[in-house]
Amino acid sequence: MSATLAAQAAYLVAALLFILALAGLSKHESARLGNAFGMLGMGVALVATIVLALDGDISTAGLGLMAVAMLIGALIGLRRARGVEMTGMPELIALLHSFVGLAAVLVSWNGFLNVEYDPDGHEAEVLGALGTLGIHHAEVFIGLFIGAVTFTGSVVAYLKLAAKIDSKPLVLPGKNALNLGSLVLFLALTVWFVITPELWLMVTVTVLALALGWHLVASIGGGDMPVVVSMLNSYSGWAAAASGFLLGNDLLIITGALVGSSGAYLSYIMCKAMNRSFFSVIAGGFGIEAPSGSEVDYGEHQETTAQGAAELLGSARSVIITPGYGMAVAQAQYPVAELTSKLRAKGVDVRFGIHPVAGRLPGHMNVLLAEAKVPYDIVLEMDEINEDFAKTDVVLVIGANDTVNPAGAEDPSSPLAGMPVLTVWEAGKVIVFKRSMASGYAGVQNPLFFKENTAMLFGDAKTRVEEIVGTL
Amino acid sequence: MIVGVLKEGRAGESRVAATPATIQQIRKLGYDVVVDPGAGVAAGFTDSAYEAAGATVGDAAGADVVLGVNAPSPAQLDRVRPEATVIALFSPAFDPAMVEELGRRPFTALSMDAVPRISRAQSMDVLSSMANIAGYRAVIEAAHEFGRFFTGQVTAAGKVPPAKVLVAGAGVAGLAAIGASGSLGAIVRATDPRPEVADQVRSLGGEYLSIASPEVEVSKTGYAKEMGDDYKAREAELYAAQCREVDIVITTALIPGRPAPTLITAEMVASMKPGSVIVDMAAANGGNVEGTVKGEKAVTDNGVTIIGYTDLAGRLSAQASQLYGTNLVNLLKLMTPGKDGLLVLDWDDPVQRSITVVREGESAWPPPPVQVSAAPAPAPAAASAQPAPKKAPMTPKQKFGGVALGALALFLAVGFAPAALLPRVTVFVLAIVIGYYVIGHVHHALHTPLMSVTNAISGIIVVGALLQIGHTSTTVTVLSSVAILLASINVFGGFAVTRRMLAMFNRS
Repeated sequence: MSATLAAQAAYLVAALLFILALAGLSKHESARLGNAFGMLGMGVALVATIVLALDGDISTAGLGLMAVAMLIGALIGLRRARGVEMTGMPELIALLHSFVGLAAVLVSWNGFLNVEYDPDGHEAEVLGALGTLGIHHAEVFIGLFIGAVTFTGSVVAYLKLAAKIDSKPLVLPGKNALNLGSLVLFLALTVWFVITPELWLMVTVTVLALALGWHLVASIGGGDMPVVVSMLNSYSGWAAAASGFLLGNDLLIITGALVGSSGAYLSYIMCKAMNRSFFSVIAGGFGIEAPSGSEVDYGEHQETTAQGAAELLGSARSVIITPGYGMAVAQAQYPVAELTSKLRAKGVDVRFGIHPVAGRLPGHMNVLLAEAKVPYDIVLEMDEINEDFAKTDVVLVIGANDTVNPAGAEDPSSPLAGMPVLTVWEAGKVIVFKRSMASGYAGVQNPLFFKENTAMLFGDAKTRVEEIVGTL
Repeated sequence: MIVGVLKEGRAGESRVAATPATIQQIRKLGYDVVVDPGAGVAAGFTDSAYEAAGATVGDAAGADVVLGVNAPSPAQLDRVRPEATVIALFSPAFDPAMVEELGRRPFTALSMDAVPRISRAQSMDVLSSMANIAGYRAVIEAAHEFGRFFTGQVTAAGKVPPAKVLVAGAGVAGLAAIGASGSLGAIVRATDPRPEVADQVRSLGGEYLSIASPEVEVSKTGYAKEMGDDYKAREAELYAAQCREVDIVITTALIPGRPAPTLITAEMVASMKPGSVIVDMAAANGGNVEGTVKGEKAVTDNGVTIIGYTDLAGRLSAQASQLYGTNLVNLLKLMTPGKDGLLVLDWDDPVQRSITVVREGESAWPPPPVQVSAAPAPAPAAASAQPAPKKAPMTPKQKFGGVALGALALFLAVGFAPAALLPRVTVFVLAIVIGYYVIGHVHHALHTPLMSVTNAISGIIVVGALLQIGHTSTTVTVLSSVAILLASINVFGGFAVTRRMLAMFNRS
């Protein structure tokens, strides 16, 4: 068995282990095993590749650099993983996407330097003999483009999520034309590059792709971040797959395709949960279209106090809590978990209803609640819990707005029309935790706040929940 | 300013316009409060309780703002000062004589029963708060007369079937009656000409009996309207069938400004089982039942009790006083914008305009109509707000066509692609399909771990960099090592953070 053949076999094993890893995530019970499969697969792939590299003509300096780079990378990665707050998960994930993007850019440049920039080199000769030099040109170019878009897109997403830049959408004149124009330009440059692989074309497309990635994400608002992050997840997969084509490596292609389709599927779920098409999310946020009929007189809202809320909760038999991004911002998940365990100890049936786009990351709320030690079997998805609101005494809406807006279900002229929402208003009493009467991400007033059975509890969610826990 | 709380003059009235609790709230608005001696005795509030809440006992009619439940007696009205404001239930819509009487006097009169049905005014809607109490009390009166349990029981002494209750009209009173009978354990059915109340009936545990008629339509005013002959015939059929079956009938049908419609005829009453009870909550307006005696309890020849009390709310005097008092406090809050004890009548506010019967001696009745919020919003300005056309879901035929077209495109693309690409494309396409199916099964709660684990495995790009390092130029080696470093962060960081996250998920 030659080293090449052994590596191929190991890659197949690794690919299967990755598939098992993703399959394991279908259930809580098997999720940890799935992660272990993933680690095992990665170990197999790394060992096989290093053996393959050693078997080749790798220089000692190269070997040393490889070891040092991996070591440093591993240390940084483990440190970040240990230190990250669960509220900071979206940022971390966006940052990790950007690394994959940048790595793909570097791999593509290396491919260019090895082959196109070195036409008399060994590899160029081999490819030339096979007659696949043109394919290689295209692969370098496409891999570079996807990688660079992923890189800057993820960096902007990271900056927005970490609140290092304003999360409002950037509106440049003719932004859709800009995006579309860049794509057309990219296609033209690809054809050009396949015919004459020049250095300046590589530089041009790198700059173009970096700019496109930046603009693409900069023009999407903070509330659409779940879609953006899963979209970037998908891109990072495609970038890896493109590198696989470039290097003729099946493991990279398979893994890239798995990750790419995973991200695409998540984006699809998120878009469906907002009743919007993927392109309308990419093409711009909610806030841009002027919502019609916003001058409707909704009447007056009622206010309550932490004391009143505590009394209400104390006498309730069933309670559903619907958290949103506001809970993460206020770091209220710990007091909420404490409230939950207190109520459960009193025999109150407490459950959580999670809207698919709650938070800034698919599944963000689940992780936050798990961190605060809320048992996962009382945390339900919208479809699982929507029918139960009518039988529920009290609903606590904590930091959520558009995902509980009745306009989605009732008002066909609303920008939210058709968006599936948590039907909290069917419950006996709704308490909304909010800082003020400001409208949500979609810029639409929420008629829920003015319903008869709704009471507003203004102030910082964390302090208010703590007060309720204290009163109980 | 001073707020005066009258002692009710009408015989049999046990309510009072303010309780010690609401007096404290009125005082918070900056008013001083004077209470007639013995004003709250019938509702269980002594003078000393009022004094403890900060009121003084004295002549309430001489105050600046005079609060009453019913219209004050002429003697009381004579003592009201010219610049004062009197707030009570004057029923101006049904009592033109009272409007005329008030018009002869110099003060301002506001009638709490004229509060419009808009959501902003709900906290002052006396009709609703009283109807709620009356509906509850109707069930209690029926249970009192009914010689059996409401709830079904299986006891050692035999099985007891649950009582069956029919509630005609699912307005505020009807809904309260449905809720109260349901919580006593009875089987509750309800009828109403407005189909939109069906869900409210069900939410209280009742069964909605619909009357299938082309006339049935969603109410535009929030109130029921007089129905046509076809509807009435079908309705009568339904009631006749129900009367033979149920034990308790509670009727609440009222149409604003008209005598109450007759729903239950003498024949239907005669068909009921002996011992059955009917509570006619519309007795004051003529009654929904043939044989109702206004204000009395009557027993028919076949042993059916018909209750026609008109003071059902007043029979829970403490509760009714508390809710009416709170309605008044909410009105005073609205009319005391400065919270400085100065009553301001805002003529531009539709709520305040609607309740004004007489303003400084000049008749203001009837007020202009108010758009009722219970009605659906007027069809949003026609063309401007047309709902986005809904995309029709694809038919199986269209789906098949789409897939066939995609397959053809893929066939052509691969067929004309360089042969060297083929194995790679095969692997790529199949991997996407596997990915789609595997990811589709991932539990929604694990989407974040899914993203971090895909993050980790997309670090597999490290393999690419590892294969490039240390072969040719220094530039390539340096770039590769940077790529290795970045991808390693992903690999190790991704798996570690996933592990950490998954460890947090725990069952209860």
